[in-house]
Amino acid sequence: MTAGGFDSATRISVGQALTAEDIAAAGLHADEDVARYATRLGDDALILSQRLSWWISRAPELEEDIALGNIALDLLGHARSLLTYAGTAGGKTEDDLAYFRDEDDFTCVHLVQLDPGDFGHTIARQLVYSLYAYELYTALSHSDDPTLAAIAQKAVKEVEYHVDHAWQWAMRLGDGTEESHRRMQAGLDQVWPFVDELFEDDDLTDRLKGVAVQPSSLRPAFDDAIRRVLAESTLELPSVPQARTGGRRGEHRESLGFVLAEMQSLARMHPGASW
Amino acid sequence: MADSSPQASTDPGTTATSSPEQEQFDRIIEQDSRIEPRDWMPDAYRKALTRQISQHAHSEIIGMQPEGNWISRAPSLKRKAILIAKVQDEAGHGLYLYSAAETLGTPRSVLNDQLLTGKAKYSSIFNYPARSWADVGAIGWLVDGAAIQNQVPLCRCSYGPYGRAMVRVCKEESFHQRQGWEILHSLANGTPAQKQMAQDAVNRFYGPALQMFGPPDGDSPNSQQSMQWKIKRFSNDELRQRFVDMIVPQAEALGLTLPDPDLRWNEERGHYDYGDLDWDEFKAVLSGNGPCNAQRMAHRIRAHEEGAWVREAAAAHARKQADVETKESTLLRHA
Repeated sequence: MTAGGFDSATRISVGQALTAEDIAAAGLHADEDVARYATRLGDDALILSQRLSWWISRAPELEEDIALGNIALDLLGHARSLLTYAGTAGGKTEDDLAYFRDEDDFTCVHLVQLDPGDFGHTIARQLVYSLYAYELYTALSHSDDPTLAAIAQKAVKEVEYHVDHAWQWAMRLGDGTEESHRRMQAGLDQVWPFVDELFEDDDLTDRLKGVAVQPSSLRPAFDDAIRRVLAESTLELPSVPQARTGGRRGEHRESLGFVLAEMQSLARMHPGASW
Repeated sequence: MADSSPQASTDPGTTATSSPEQEQFDRIIEQDSRIEPRDWMPDAYRKALTRQISQHAHSEIIGMQPEGNWISRAPSLKRKAILIAKVQDEAGHGLYLYSAAETLGTPRSVLNDQLLTGKAKYSSIFNYPARSWADVGAIGWLVDGAAIQNQVPLCRCSYGPYGRAMVRVCKEESFHQRQGWEILHSLANGTPAQKQMAQDAVNRFYGPALQMFGPPDGDSPNSQQSMQWKIKRFSNDELRQRFVDMIVPQAEALGLTLPDPDLRWNEERGHYDYGDLDWDEFKAVLSGNGPCNAQRMAHRIRAHEEGAWVREAAAAHARKQADVETKESTLLRHA
C-alpha cells in the first residue's frame, strides 16, 4: 500500500474512502463497456440527486431538509465517482458527461426521471430506488473491476442509511393518518410501473459477467424487502401494469428534457469555462 | 473576578429593587461567566435573547432560499455538492438556534408561527435576489463574512446555550465564506463574461452586506442594553468597520472593485473610511418592501402548509407507538 492508501498498481483498492478526485488522479482507463455500465449507474444517481435536492428548503420539517439534502449529496457523490470513472474511457471529465451530453445519450432508468410529486411520492421512489441500490451495490462490491468494487463498497454504506430513512417514513405515513396512508399508497402506485426496468438484463450486462451485476439477480431480495416494509407499513403491493421501458437505450420520459435543460443551462452558456 | 462597583445596581439592565436573584444574575454577568437555562434571569433579558436567537434562526432558514435557487443549476458537479452541503448547514444552524431559543421557554412551533405570520423578522439581506451564479459567491464571501464578524463575539455571549451554538456555527460559516471567496476567485480569473458576472454580484451585495450590522450606533436603540448584558460585545459601527477593513484587501486580491467611491485608507484612524449607506432602502426592505420579501415568505409558508399532513402523520404514528408501549408495560405489570 502506498501512503495514500491505494494499491501501487491501480492506486484504487476496495474499501478506501474514494472520491471522484481520487479516481481522476489515479490514471485509470475504463474499458468501453465498463464505461457504458458506469454511466448508467452514474446517470441514475445524478438525476435522482437532482430531483431530490429540489426538497431543500421545501421539506415538511427542518430535519427533513437536512436528511433529504444529505441523501441527495450522497447520490451526487456516487454519480461523480461513476461518471469520472466512465469518462476515463474517452478522456472526458464528470462535468463533460453531466453537462455536455444530450438527452439521448443519458441512460438512466425512468424511475429517477419522474416529476417529484408530493412527499409520499418522494418516499415511495426513495424506498424503491434505495432497496434496489442496496442490493446492487452489495453485489457490485464483489465486482472483478476493482474501481467499480471500491465505488460500490463506499456507496453501500450510505445507501443502507437511505433504506432506513425511506423505510421509517413509509411506516410513519402508512400507519399515521388516513390522509398519509392514502398519499403514501398513491405514491407507491405511481412509481410501481417503473420497477421492472430496474431489473432488466441486456446485452451489456450479459457481456460484462463478473464485472457488472445482472439486474435480474437482484429481484428476489428486493421483492422480499419490499414485501416486508409494506406489510409493516399496512400498505398494499401495487397491482398496476408495468410501463414501457427504454431508459437504458436513451428512450426517455418527457420530463428528463426539462431536468437536463435546467441542470445544464449555466454550464452550456459558458462552454470551456472553469468554475 | 467580581467587580463590586456601586454602579452595577443602577445599570438599566437591573431592576430598581434588587432581589437576591437579581444580584446573583448581575454577579454572573460582571464576572463574564455564563447564564444557563435553569438560572434566574430578568424577564427583559429572556425576551431580548429569545428575540435575537429566533431572528437569527429565521435568517438561517430564509437564507436557504437564495442559494438553494442555484442548486439545480450549479455549473459543475463539485460546486453542486459544495452548495448542497452549505445550504444543508444552514438548516442545521437553524436547528441549533431554535433549540437554543427553546431553552428560554418558547417552543419551536411558536417561533415558527411568529416567522410565518410576519411577527418576527429575519435578516433583510435575504430579501435580495440571487440572480446569477456569482451571487452564490458574493453571498458566501460578503454575507457570510459579515455574519462571521457579527457572530464570533457571540461565542462569548453571556447566555450559555447561544454562545455554545455559535462556536459550531462560526466554524461552518468560516468554511462558507472561504467557498464564496473561492467561487469569486475562479470567476474573476475566468472568461471576461465570468469576471463581469462576479463584479455585478459584488456591486449588488456590497451595500446590503454592510447593512447587516444594523443601523448606525446613534440609531440603534436596543444595542446599549444588549451590550450591558454582554449578549453583544461590540457596537454595530465597530463591527462594520472591522468588516470593511477585512474585505478591502480581499477584494484587491480578487481583482474586483468595491462599489464605493469614498472608500480609502485613513492613516490617522488606522481604518478604511467608507461612504454613507442608503438607510432609507434598508428600512424599506426591513419593513417588507424589498425585492423578494413576499416571495421568501410565500415559499416558507407553502413548504410549511404542504408539509402539514406529513408532520401530522409522524405525530399520529408516534402516539400509536407510545400507546402500544404503554399497553405492553401494563400487561407486563399484570402478568
